[in-house]
Amino acid sequence: MSSASSSAPRIHVNGLTMAYGSFVIQRDLDFTVERGEVFVIMGGSGCGKSTLLNHMIGLKHPASGDVVYDGQSFWGAAPEERDGLRRRLGVSFQSGALWSSMTLAENVGLPLQTFTRLRARQIRDIVSLKLALVGLAGYEEFYPSEISGGMLKRAGVARAMALDPDILFFDEPSAGLDPISSRRLDDLILELRDSLGATMVVVTHELASIFTIADNSVFLDAETRSMIAHGNPKTLRDECPHPTVRSFLRRGEAVAGGPVT
Amino acid sequence: MRGAAIDERDPTLVVRRQGQDGAVLELAGTWLSQRDLPEPADALGQLRAGAVRRLAFDAGQITAWDSGLVTFVLKVLGETATWGVAADRAGLPEGVRRLVALAEAVPERQTGRGGARPAWLTRLGTRAIAKADAVLVGLTFLGESLQALGALLRGRARFRTSDLFLVMQDCGPRALGIVTLISFLIGLILAFVGAVQLQQFGASIFVANLVAIAMLREIGGIMTAIVMSGRTGAAFAAQLGTMNTNQEIDALSTMGVSPMEFLVLPRMLALIVMMPLLTIYSDLVGILGGAVVGIGMLGLGPTEYFEQTRAAAHISDFLIGISKSVVFGTVVALAGCLRGMQSGRSAASVGLAATSAVVTSIVCIIILDGMFAVILNVLGF
Repeated sequence: MSSASSSAPRIHVNGLTMAYGSFVIQRDLDFTVERGEVFVIMGGSGCGKSTLLNHMIGLKHPASGDVVYDGQSFWGAAPEERDGLRRRLGVSFQSGALWSSMTLAENVGLPLQTFTRLRARQIRDIVSLKLALVGLAGYEEFYPSEISGGMLKRAGVARAMALDPDILFFDEPSAGLDPISSRRLDDLILELRDSLGATMVVVTHELASIFTIADNSVFLDAETRSMIAHGNPKTLRDECPHPTVRSFLRRGEAVAGGPVT
Repeated sequence: MRGAAIDERDPTLVVRRQGQDGAVLELAGTWLSQRDLPEPADALGQLRAGAVRRLAFDAGQITAWDSGLVTFVLKVLGETATWGVAADRAGLPEGVRRLVALAEAVPERQTGRGGARPAWLTRLGTRAIAKADAVLVGLTFLGESLQALGALLRGRARFRTSDLFLVMQDCGPRALGIVTLISFLIGLILAFVGAVQLQQFGASIFVANLVAIAMLREIGGIMTAIVMSGRTGAAFAAQLGTMNTNQEIDALSTMGVSPMEFLVLPRMLALIVMMPLLTIYSDLVGILGGAVVGIGMLGLGPTEYFEQTRAAAHISDFLIGISKSVVFGTVVALAGCLRGMQSGRSAASVGLAATSAVVTSIVCIIILDGMFAVILNVLGF
């Protein structure tokens, strides 16, 4: 494999077809995510948004096609190289997916312990920093069952950031959160993008969130099982030729109205 | 978070004095946490010794950085702020400045966690209180299960008969394999060990008595109960523990369905019915195992062996074994359900619940068996 070239797009989803057995979920997905971008994968329930995410982070094998990171093929790579690529990705799962038998500090510290040779004190410092970044300073010794849903998600983000990844993935960050917590999480995503310079890929169907954070997006359609729109969501809302996309971005209003923000 | 080109310069730190009471921290090189980063304590020592009141940063020579730099800056800023030093952050890289601001946005919560260990006497006391509470909880659970049984007798218990049959199938017929294996081998071993001793007196035939009485009165019931506690009791604890984790038990309670009736009662009934049946089966297989040794190794005739067995086995031995198995079945079911419902809401606590279900039921089985032995002896059986 050639080394990463900085001119290639950060992520290139290349002719990806996803299927469970013979049941095709989405076919021939093709798009690129640029460095430092907040990229949103949107679509109605059951269209395969989360499945696409699972293919991008290497949990599910594509039926055909590939995901390319910085010019390096993910699925074409040897297993060890693939593990190396995985460590450059951070994933924040839908409900946090924190290990329930470990404290928050242990959750965030585990990747550091496993993949770096840092000393215990350095790990403790970095763990405290990551928790402070998501507004959870002082919660090191708490177990996941002792904190609220919004805090769980933020702790999940802290764990995703543990290894200073280049790319952060978020699965439904605002699902199950109140509007204010969800807004704070959006702000956090933007702030982290700006300060870390990381690339963010967000799966969501929350309109408010989409318009706040997205630089670019794809729309997956459940009926045609393909991506039918690609671009900035605000542009898509006003100019997309597909009525499905316009209607989705206007909360089902068929006729043109005021901006939905 | 990383610079475009990573050169191999080591991270360096210089404290440069500026004016009367000012200092500039000059940071340079590759500040990645896997390199050996300068200790914040050294820099802080110099600042403190110089009675610095104003602090600035110059990070223009930093080629790459990650969380290591941010933790360093946070430590320096946090410590100097407590001395009343005014820090100018303008010289830090843009990203670091933003991350520091983000980390400071929410003040650290004083949660009182992670403090020193309490004194040993306190810990001992806490443990003793916890144990006493556990006994109380166990008794409450026993009481509630009796109430549920009462509701069943009055025909008011609410559970699904299909659940009952499913559990019965799982802890009855599906356990036959393991019960067969264990009982056969135990019968075999009993006979073998007995035969070696009895042969010395020419009393080989009494192997039949030994095996029959031991199996019927003690071993059949105990071995079945232990097998079932490992097999079914642990499964009950894991099932109910997982249900508790998913709030499924809460869902039942809010609908006014008693978890005791809906979940515990069918499991208890299933084991109360199945345990004696499995014990009878275990008795027979064990006697068969003994017969294999008696006939195959000691050369006794089959008819002779079974006649001897029939003469030795009293109906009272059989009944004692069976009634104990009913009690053991209840114990296994209750221990499994109790530990499951008490389980915490994490993956590890479900595992703990399964473990402690098995430990609890085996301990209870052995203690109860001992009590049976004493009571039956007093009663003259």
